[in-house]
Amino acid sequence: MNGIKVENISFSYTEGQPVLSNIDVHFRQESTAIIGQNGAGKTTFVKLLKGLLKPATGNIYVNGMNTQEYTVAQLAKQIGLVFQNPNDQIFKHTVIEEVMFGPKNIGQSTEEARQNSLLALEKIGIVHEADKNPYDLSLSDRKLVSIASILAMKPPIIIFDEPTMGQDYLGKERLKKIMKDLRAEGVLVLSIIHDMDFVAETFERTIVMNQGKIVLDGPTREVFSHEQLIRDVYLELPHATQLGKQLGLKQTFLTVDELINFNRKKQ
Amino acid sequence: MLSCGGFSYEKIIVENLKYKYPDTDQLALNDVSFEVEEGEVIGIVGQNSAGKSSLCLALTGLIPHFFNGAYGGKVLIDGIEVKTSTITDLSQKAGLVFDNPFTQMTASKYTVYDEIAFGLENIGVSREEMIERVDWSLKMMGIENIKDKNPFDLSGGQMQRVAIASVIAMRPEILVLDEPTSQLDPQASEEVFRVIQQLSQEGITIVIAEHKMEKLASFTDRILLLYEGKQIDFDTPQKVFSRDDLHDYGVVPPIFTTYCKAMGMKNKKTNTYPVTLAEVSSLLGGENNEWNKS
Repeated sequence: MNGIKVENISFSYTEGQPVLSNIDVHFRQESTAIIGQNGAGKTTFVKLLKGLLKPATGNIYVNGMNTQEYTVAQLAKQIGLVFQNPNDQIFKHTVIEEVMFGPKNIGQSTEEARQNSLLALEKIGIVHEADKNPYDLSLSDRKLVSIASILAMKPPIIIFDEPTMGQDYLGKERLKKIMKDLRAEGVLVLSIIHDMDFVAETFERTIVMNQGKIVLDGPTREVFSHEQLIRDVYLELPHATQLGKQLGLKQTFLTVDELINFNRKKQ
Repeated sequence: MLSCGGFSYEKIIVENLKYKYPDTDQLALNDVSFEVEEGEVIGIVGQNSAGKSSLCLALTGLIPHFFNGAYGGKVLIDGIEVKTSTITDLSQKAGLVFDNPFTQMTASKYTVYDEIAFGLENIGVSREEMIERVDWSLKMMGIENIKDKNPFDLSGGQMQRVAIASVIAMRPEILVLDEPTSQLDPQASEEVFRVIQQLSQEGITIVIAEHKMEKLASFTDRILLLYEGKQIDFDTPQKVFSRDDLHDYGVVPPIFTTYCKAMGMKNKKTNTYPVTLAEVSSLLGGENNEWNKS
């Protein structure tokens, strides 16, 4: 079973200014959202999980491999990270070459890499742009290219950093489906995300970070039942949850469909 | 159409605007016409590639002056015709916040403070006023704490706020924003929309392309709905989001509207559905108001 074990880690870029402190958490199978204010330490945290940064104290085990003892290249087969800004990730002249770069680097043959890349582009809905220059695409499509690049590597653990950034309704629906399919295939899916509606509709587990610490961790519905705490850390409830409260309902609703079904049954 | 200093006049006039990028065969904007009054806040919605970003570029003159391509129709910004004007002249009237804040950074300044002052240096603002305006922008965007940082050492969300600050420091009469909150946390997004509201109250005309429908419903006066470059609708959020065919254009209304549609909760006077939580509440006659009080 895939998993990441984080044992009491701390990290700082500058001495005396801890970015993360005493984080102790275990990611197993559940798709998990990592939420928190800008600057809460979310991106730093996932860079540590990916092995790009090493913890100052404590250990992180990615599918049993201690990130302190392995290089990023060695870990790359186990864990993929989609960067927040696609421009940080993209450098080839065509979309297909860009997507094939990662798979080839972890040992897929050219043919295998091409097949996996086309499949990933198909899944994400931009296979028709395979021969274009990534920099001729809109920012939102470039984001999709960066996601396809990771999917094509088929790592057992995938972390997304703000995957819905710039996506329209259809793009978000497609991402939601991709994440749920990955989950069903046994891939461990983690995502940093600011879109609370997307969190509510997609993830089983939600972790709330604030000032470098995990302040709340549990099933998504339970996390969003802590209204005051969510507000205290500068987040907001999903819109469907807000509406449920406005309607005077005690339960925590995560989607508008849940609300509609609930109230139709009542009528 | 002559516009001269009345109380409210058309700050933006777009007439039969058509535009095609070089080396493409489809029109990015296909016969778009609308007028915006001074101090109005306009939201542009539509699925990706509907023409939202292109329209933002056309309102600020980057189309056609930077991107070239085929151009037809007319855009008037505060009475100045975009096509026959220059980006330099237009930049004093209309400011644009790009969708990617990375694009906005000049890469010629080492601190956020200097980055925000860059535009002002270029238009010859006095030192005193420059300091006053940069401080004001930092405060408006809540980023005083990062003013000495290198713009490229910032998180995505911080950079996005610097990008907005660098444009509002120019005090444009017209502010155009292309998805300005895509990388911001929920509260920071809310703050950006509050800043937009405040600027509009000061008379600045605002056009904003966004996917966050709940925010647009709360903060805009009118919504422009685009689909494949064509203008489908230009009306109040209530009217646009109540359309039955909205889904055909790849747009979903605010969750509040979706719920009310499903439950048949219509405002009988206006024949529209509520678009904000507050409107749902008032339709329910102020019952169940516990949540509002807290």
